[in-house]
Amino acid sequence: MAKGDLLKLLSGEIFEEEVELSLADLCRACQLPAERVFELVEQGVIEPIGRDPARWRFQGISVRRVRCAQRLEQDLGVNVAGAALAIELLEELERLHARLHRLEN
Amino acid sequence: MEFKDYYEIMGVKRDATQDEIKRAYRKLARKYHPDVSKEADAEVRFKEVGEAYEVLKDPEKRTAYDQLGANWKAGQDFRPPPDWDQGFEFHGGGYTGADAEQFSDFFEDLFGRGGPRGGYARQARREFHARGEDTYAKVLIDLEDAYQGATRTLTLKHTELSPEGRPQLKERSLNVRIPKGVRQGQHIRLAKQGSPGIGKGEAGDLYLEVEFRPHPLFKVEGKDVYLDLPVAPWEAALGATIKAPTPTGPVDLKIPANSSGGRQLRLKGRGIPAKAPGDLYVVLKIALPKADNEAAKEAYEAFEQATAFNPRAHLGV
Repeated sequence: MAKGDLLKLLSGEIFEEEVELSLADLCRACQLPAERVFELVEQGVIEPIGRDPARWRFQGISVRRVRCAQRLEQDLGVNVAGAALAIELLEELERLHARLHRLEN
Repeated sequence: MEFKDYYEIMGVKRDATQDEIKRAYRKLARKYHPDVSKEADAEVRFKEVGEAYEVLKDPEKRTAYDQLGANWKAGQDFRPPPDWDQGFEFHGGGYTGADAEQFSDFFEDLFGRGGPRGGYARQARREFHARGEDTYAKVLIDLEDAYQGATRTLTLKHTELSPEGRPQLKERSLNVRIPKGVRQGQHIRLAKQGSPGIGKGEAGDLYLEVEFRPHPLFKVEGKDVYLDLPVAPWEAALGATIKAPTPTGPVDLKIPANSSGGRQLRLKGRGIPAKAPGDLYVVLKIALPKADNEAAKEAYEAFEQATAFNPRAHLGV
């Protein structure tokens, strides 16, 4: 790019909070069938907003949790309930690390 | 090409049973799983362990690997003997694992580039119009940027296929608006700024993971921000209105009388902005003036007389 060229200013959204996905969006983003998403909802890995699955909305953070659950199941041989527990503990660990980091030095 | 000692990677003896190998794998996989481990090289180690297990879990591949002999050392320059796998019939061959693209050249030279399943998957991807992959990068921002929003110019390196299909390293610059209210570890999604699509497929998205540069005054935990604020003993004891810095500029802060060290004063909603914004916590640190002149010494002595204070009373001494 030549010097002095103005770069277009790109605006993004905060994925974890500002982005909401439908069931179809989530399936597409994680390349999963809807049945699998139902299973993850049932185990509490992700929580939809709304009652009717056709109108479910998922926060962006769901994508991260679903992908993590997929990897844990594939790589470590845990089942969905185990992955759900692991994700909860990992998120708790992350919060505690942040607190430790704040209290240190 | 470097020789890989799969037994050493798995931490098992060469005569380990299949069960021992499986147990070792489960343990290492948990230890180095990139979602679980905090170790810096977790991903590399995890892949290594996965590759070693791919060979050692399969009695056919393991026997073939053992034929190479026990004299090889990890890292030694290695060429497989031309007839090394003669007489072995592999079922499926290549990788069976899901994430096989990450296996080393050493593995591929010995066991090939994958069975029919792997080949099919790769071919299929080429034939369809497919959405480009999502890409990830990090962006370092200041705490103040999260309060006010900001603009950052990023230079990102990526690999692109040339028209002849050769991968090339390219660089591009992006001018990005950092949204107000973003927090450590969150991702800013830039639609269609990821890898280009295949065929008529759309480009993927670019995700920027936000990391805060360490701040000299403030510490951040989630949406909440913390400030250690030194106060004089008389300010803490008598109460005072003092100036305190905040990420949006100094404020007047009322210290209640009889505050002790470590007391947290909450400035509601002065943390990182959001629909439900975080809070700013001011933690009082009592700073003692030195008794380095006569007047100060006398003042401390008078203080002692006046209060008859034993800070260790609760310790029973």
